[in-house]
Amino acid sequence: MQIHITEADGTPYYQQVVNQVKFLVASGRLEEGEQLPPVRKLAEQLLVNPNTIARAYRELESEGVVASKRGAGVFVSDSGSPLSRKEKTRILHERIDALLTESSQLGVGVDSLLKLIDQRSKKFDSTWGDKS
Amino acid sequence: MTESVVDIKGVSRLFGKKVALDDVDLSVPKGCVVGLVGENGAGKTTLLKHVLGLFKARTGSVRVFGKDPVTDPEAVLGEIGYLSEIRDLPDWMKIGELMSYTRAFFPSWDDAFAEELRNMFELSLDQKVKTLSRGQRARAGLIAAIAHRPQLLVLDEPSSGLDPVVRRDILSAIIRTVADEGRTVLFSSHLLDEVQRVSDHVAMLHLGKMLLTSSMDDVLTSHHRLTVRFEQPPGSPLKLDGALRCEGEGREWTVLCNGERASVEAQLTQLNGEIVGRAAPTLDEIFVARMNG
Repeated sequence: MQIHITEADGTPYYQQVVNQVKFLVASGRLEEGEQLPPVRKLAEQLLVNPNTIARAYRELESEGVVASKRGAGVFVSDSGSPLSRKEKTRILHERIDALLTESSQLGVGVDSLLKLIDQRSKKFDSTWGDKS
Repeated sequence: MTESVVDIKGVSRLFGKKVALDDVDLSVPKGCVVGLVGENGAGKTTLLKHVLGLFKARTGSVRVFGKDPVTDPEAVLGEIGYLSEIRDLPDWMKIGELMSYTRAFFPSWDDAFAEELRNMFELSLDQKVKTLSRGQRARAGLIAAIAHRPQLLVLDEPSSGLDPVVRRDILSAIIRTVADEGRTVLFSSHLLDEVQRVSDHVAMLHLGKMLLTSSMDDVLTSHHRLTVRFEQPPGSPLKLDGALRCEGEGREWTVLCNGERASVEAQLTQLNGEIVGRAAPTLDEIFVARMNG
């Protein structure tokens, strides 16, 4: 499981772990029933306090993304898929909000922004289209 | 209520006329990592030496595992692992000798764990301590500090002057120590990104006074960094009530504040400033703001 955390971001570490696990589930890189690394192992990998990871796992569990089986570890919930659509939307909303903030600071209106997205998407398709 | 492994109350210390510690309180909860930060000469090493019983508190009290480390060293020191900044290891010994020498002091020494660490750190038994590089020396010191699986690990500037690979070893030793049920770590460091990553609590010493002790989460969420753009450059220096630090020139400034965000934002609006960014600062930024004002 590849997770990267950064201090520059300003988002608390446990939240960064929560967001990235959700992203991995939403994008299918973590599949239903797949096991997450033990708290201690992930803490050592990311070099963060184990309590931070434990908190992230608790948060993920309370949101139903993962379920812990006593003694066996933490697994991606079977009910992962309905959540994943909501999660995809949430992730995109976050990016869109950031884009809207930036374009308003640059003095670019929403209409121009939409046109730009359309143009970029055509360019993107012609570059990467074959692969999808 | 969580049990405290270290409980320091009202400790003051003078070196000649210089105040090294001024009425310092510090409590280290069981199972937590506490990062002690402060500038050079802030009193970090002096404070840690009180925890180890190397200094006797003239005023105030120091309790480790509920006991006085000065009058009851056997009960305290056997359960502590310590790595000093200068990593004063006996130069004439070989690594193997250093390990069996240290082992003799600690009934709980774990041979298998010590070997595992030695192999991981690629130290050979017949290497002389004198010939070790700085990083190898730190690793040897680390084995001596943690192979008896201490209840409390005390590290004084463990990362100073070391390359990123060795720093990683030290951080993972800290993490492994707390991940082992109920063990506790108290460490001092200048590398605030490391402190931010691994600590549950942070204690900030400044000129011998404890400026701040708090959970890392609270410290990080109670501070705010505002980026503001003024129509006209404000008079320099910019002074705001409740702001810890204002930095910038011309029209764009950064303001760091603690808690009183609403009042600071209101003042900025009055000065015709538009707030263009709000973010959570890093521990490093908070530290610099608190030290330099």
